[in-house]
Amino acid sequence: MGFATSYRLRLKRKRYKLRARRKGRELQALANRTADIRDGDVLLFCTMRNEDMRLPYFLQYYRDLGVDHFIFVDNNSDDGGAAYLADQPDVSVWTTSASYKQARFGIDWLTYLQMKYADGHWTLTVDVDEFFVFPFCDTRPVRALTDWLDSSNIRSFGAIMLDMYPKGKVTDIPYKRSDNPLDIAPWFDSGNYTISRNPKLRNLWIQGGPRARVFFRNRPKKAPALNKVPLVKWSKQYTYVSSTHMLLPRGLNLVYDDAGGEKASGVLLHMKFLDTFGAKAREELARGEHYGQSAEYQAYVQGMKDSPVLWCKWSEKYINWRQLEILGIMSKGNWA
Amino acid sequence: MSTVGIVILVHTAFDRAEQVIRHWVQGDCPVVVHVDVNVPDKTFQMFKDSLSDLKIVRFSDRHRCEWGTWGMVAATQSAAELLLTKFPEVRHAYLASGSCLPLRPVEELRSYLDGRPRTDFIESATTADVPWTIGGLDAERFTLRFPFAWKKNRRLFDLAVRAQRAVRYKRKIPEGLTPHMGSQWWCLTRQTLSAILQDPDRKTYDAFFKRVWIPDESYFQTLVRLYSQNIESRSLTLSKFDFQGKPHIFYDDHLQLLRRSDCFVARKIWPRATRLYGTFLSKDPTTLKAAEPNPGKIDRIFAKAVDRRTLGRPGLYMQSRWPRHERQNGVTSSPYSVFEGFAELFENFEYWLAKETTARVHGHLFHPDRVMFDGRQDHFQGALSDSAALRDYQPQLFLTNLIWNTRGERQAFQFGPDDQQKITQAMARDRNAQISVISGAWAVPLFLSNRNFADIRVDAARMQRTEDKHLKVLRSADTKARVRIWTMADFIDSPMEALQTIVDEMTGSSVRRLTEAPRMVDLQGFGQFLQNLKNQGMHPYLMGDFPVENAMPAPKQKVRKPYLVRK
Repeated sequence: MGFATSYRLRLKRKRYKLRARRKGRELQALANRTADIRDGDVLLFCTMRNEDMRLPYFLQYYRDLGVDHFIFVDNNSDDGGAAYLADQPDVSVWTTSASYKQARFGIDWLTYLQMKYADGHWTLTVDVDEFFVFPFCDTRPVRALTDWLDSSNIRSFGAIMLDMYPKGKVTDIPYKRSDNPLDIAPWFDSGNYTISRNPKLRNLWIQGGPRARVFFRNRPKKAPALNKVPLVKWSKQYTYVSSTHMLLPRGLNLVYDDAGGEKASGVLLHMKFLDTFGAKAREELARGEHYGQSAEYQAYVQGMKDSPVLWCKWSEKYINWRQLEILGIMSKGNWA
Repeated sequence: MSTVGIVILVHTAFDRAEQVIRHWVQGDCPVVVHVDVNVPDKTFQMFKDSLSDLKIVRFSDRHRCEWGTWGMVAATQSAAELLLTKFPEVRHAYLASGSCLPLRPVEELRSYLDGRPRTDFIESATTADVPWTIGGLDAERFTLRFPFAWKKNRRLFDLAVRAQRAVRYKRKIPEGLTPHMGSQWWCLTRQTLSAILQDPDRKTYDAFFKRVWIPDESYFQTLVRLYSQNIESRSLTLSKFDFQGKPHIFYDDHLQLLRRSDCFVARKIWPRATRLYGTFLSKDPTTLKAAEPNPGKIDRIFAKAVDRRTLGRPGLYMQSRWPRHERQNGVTSSPYSVFEGFAELFENFEYWLAKETTARVHGHLFHPDRVMFDGRQDHFQGALSDSAALRDYQPQLFLTNLIWNTRGERQAFQFGPDDQQKITQAMARDRNAQISVISGAWAVPLFLSNRNFADIRVDAARMQRTEDKHLKVLRSADTKARVRIWTMADFIDSPMEALQTIVDEMTGSSVRRLTEAPRMVDLQGFGQFLQNLKNQGMHPYLMGDFPVENAMPAPKQKVRKPYLVRK
């Protein structure tokens, strides 16, 4: 793990940045309000396709959290979501019909925009089905967290993806526009996660939860990664490597303590498993625009046919962040 | 007519500073403000103008206040001198920062100080007695030189320290001074403060302290010892530091805590904590309290936070806690029991054990086909799955997850040579593991089975090899688990004694006697079975010595009989 590796990673980062510049040309601005961004604003970056149903609640949730400006990339939606976003006063939207897969699953587009607009800002990068929870989020805005991170000289903040699901079949309760998905899918797995360390990029690789338990119970190695680093004090030098699982430079991936202590961390409530999921999985499989020949989606389509109930007797019902803290899924660290 | 004057050091969040200054002035306290020279002149001028309507606010000479440098002391000196000359009625000078928030009415502070007119409130302890030093520097703060900034050039800073230690370099401390340290926020009487500021030797002292590291925590704290008649070594300002030496910050949700603390001033307040500023700066006509400050509860909360950050929760593995091997501080979170050979030797052992101990008793958790949870459920606490593939993916995390998920309930499970063996090392290293082994008992099910002897022989050889390897790990020098190993022959010699020991350890008491023995399987002919294995060329040695004729010598059976209550 010497100089050579560091240098190779540096080259890799530079390559990604060049790539992002090239891919940035595919983007077309629908609404550019980035001139409104003030020093110290917390920004949110998101790429999406046909998620109009989820957008109103998503925006409301993050506005309440204290996000100041949203930057979206719309990948060729045909459900009116992009137009809806373009009407929002605190949103900037770009659109593209280019390939999601060819853009490193949207990361190239976001890297380009982050390079341009996020330098020096605390930046949340999430999907429309991810809801960020951090210590004290019910009493303190996200700005309190970022100010604290700043004063502690911390540049990145980790949050595990926690898959949420309904009690009955995933398709039992229909999701309507503007609904809080947490009302439909408040259950989660509290203690079946596995962890290993990626020596090259130094991030932890976390798997488990209902997806491993139900869809990958015979080949756990293939289960999707749950570790994420969604909140970063952005610099134009940075780039995400694979989704928001890890970053370069790799120092940003050290969101855990390896001397026995606990660093502060949060959770992304992952609201994938709503009634819209089956249709979405089939659509995504047909598009073939996802990671590893969309193997994950193949498993879902297969799994949804046989047994669409993710709930089990030992599932835990979500109450608040303190519950997640006590269960050991996230940590306050030394923030009090 | 006021007897309390305030010195405020400001470098940021000017709107909040203005609010606080107005609050002090409304309470008739004269205020001297020091603004960091790093603040742009325009901002400074705007800030000054915003306070220009207040008659008893003065601005002192500006100094550069970098953390850990002399500037902070110089700023305090200038401002304090100004306060003492311009406001002759001031008897106590209170040092605060722009992010300090008064928690109790000014009137209460004044009457508190009026009751103690000769007391200096300043935390001041000798270097040997303070636990809060950063970077392990206490006495050396005074005797080394610090040419590099700790925040900006940490490496050079450390290098310089090490170099000076290596050559045993030491500065001389001025005659008569005993280094003391403490919180930089104090409240001193005019007498003491002016004595320090007008000391004929001040030049010498200043020159010395200019080279001390973080002098704002030691300058007044040391000099006060020369002049004060009555030192109360505590700060009236509630200010807690975390393990990196930066102050804890208060937010809106600390409101009740702060209110109940009865402290006069708290630091540091998040500038956007609107509710805190709104509540504590409002002029509500509460009756005056004479309560002593009592920050105990807040202390505990912050101390806990530091523990969480530095020690973490043992046995928890998660996204922000992934300790290296040697720093694990315990493999699992709480004690558990592993039984090897018991379920083979006794009928319904799991049921019996659960009844005797109230522990949660599982079957073979590491069974090759399936995780045998208590009641053979398909899921268990924490939504752990019974899938063997999921468990074997990372067996150690399966175990640590199980123990973590069931905090508060003791877990017990069966283990044997047919189970997934990868977990052995982790259990052996684990202080929380209580492992009891009846070696060779795996032969009992073979003995009872209705299979071809050739197959039995093959299995017996394999299982003996596996268990032998397992026992070697348990017996190795770096095993931390509580291990007890009996050969099967030894164990059935006096089973109750052994069981009593194990159960006592599990339940933590030695008062209760076991009332009911588990029923042992019928071992008639077991000695012959072992002899047959020997005759086939396989040498079974882990079960100890069994006589060929009768597994149980006849008199022994009689001894055993009283326990067989259900027979």
